[in-house]
Amino acid sequence: MTKINGEEISLPNPTTIKDYLTLNNYRTEAVAVEINGNILPKSSYDSYVITEYDTIEIVSFVGGG
Amino acid sequence: MEKDKFILGGHEFTSRFILGSGKYSLDLIKAAVENAGAQIITLALRRANSHTDNILDYIPKGVTLLPNTSGARNAQEAVRIARLSREIGCGDFVKIEIMRDSKYLLPDNYETIKATEILAKEGFVVLPYMYPDLNVARDLKNAGAAAIMPLGAPIGTNKGLVTKEFIKILIEEIDLPIIVDAGIGKPSQACEAMEMGAAAIMANTAIATAGDIPLMAEAFKKAIEAGRTAYLAGLGRVKDSASPSSPLTGFLRN
Repeated sequence: MTKINGEEISLPNPTTIKDYLTLNNYRTEAVAVEINGNILPKSSYDSYVITEYDTIEIVSFVGGG
Repeated sequence: MEKDKFILGGHEFTSRFILGSGKYSLDLIKAAVENAGAQIITLALRRANSHTDNILDYIPKGVTLLPNTSGARNAQEAVRIARLSREIGCGDFVKIEIMRDSKYLLPDNYETIKATEILAKEGFVVLPYMYPDLNVARDLKNAGAAAIMPLGAPIGTNKGLVTKEFIKILIEEIDLPIIVDAGIGKPSQACEAMEMGAAAIMANTAIATAGDIPLMAEAFKKAIEAGRTAYLAGLGRVKDSASPSSPLTGFLRN
């Protein structure tokens, strides 16, 4: 099962990172994506197809000191 | 007088007030930044939530973003956060914060040196938050830090310059900007640190917990500027016995 931001998710169809971000209303320019501990460059968002073995983190900025 | 510039990692600033963006409403960020005259603002990295507003939309253009590594418990986690932050595309600045204890949030100096070394080699402008220890500050400098950020008091306490004597030693001995970070609770404390020769002040809670956030940002701006000007002017000396400020002419005594 794919794990995204700590939640187990099953994706019925082949989904790229770009598809997933768009589908879930994330703005690609405001996030960084890490797959299995490695940063996925923004240029690969539309080519990387999520697999069921992936652990994905999608992060963005919040207020902080 | 030549314009007083604050150089950080090859970048030039005129403001010496680094503003935090935590613990207050996004709507107030713009006014706080403007009133503070801040050119650098700190941010934190968290798991994204598509339903919340993006803080980047609230920060005025041209302000340098300084992501921190809060949440990191060791060098490896700090490096991971720094790399992810840079990937968002907001520049090379990073404030290293590595804490293992959540009660006092004191920085782990040893892990901070390790993270500084790795990130400086990767081209980051590294600003390590640290407990003011001269030997550690020297190690951070050798590891490639662009500035040193000693704490005045534990984060969020507003207790002021509790570590004053040790920060003075860093200012005296370390040939890097010393930015007092954490604990500064009032403008007068920010002013005092600047009078001592601190290069800049980083403050968040003092502003975030004030009655009027933008107004307090303005008060800090003025205090930091006053302290800087006093430092440049050179403080007057301190004596134990009085020294008249007015001429004591003798006409009342014959």
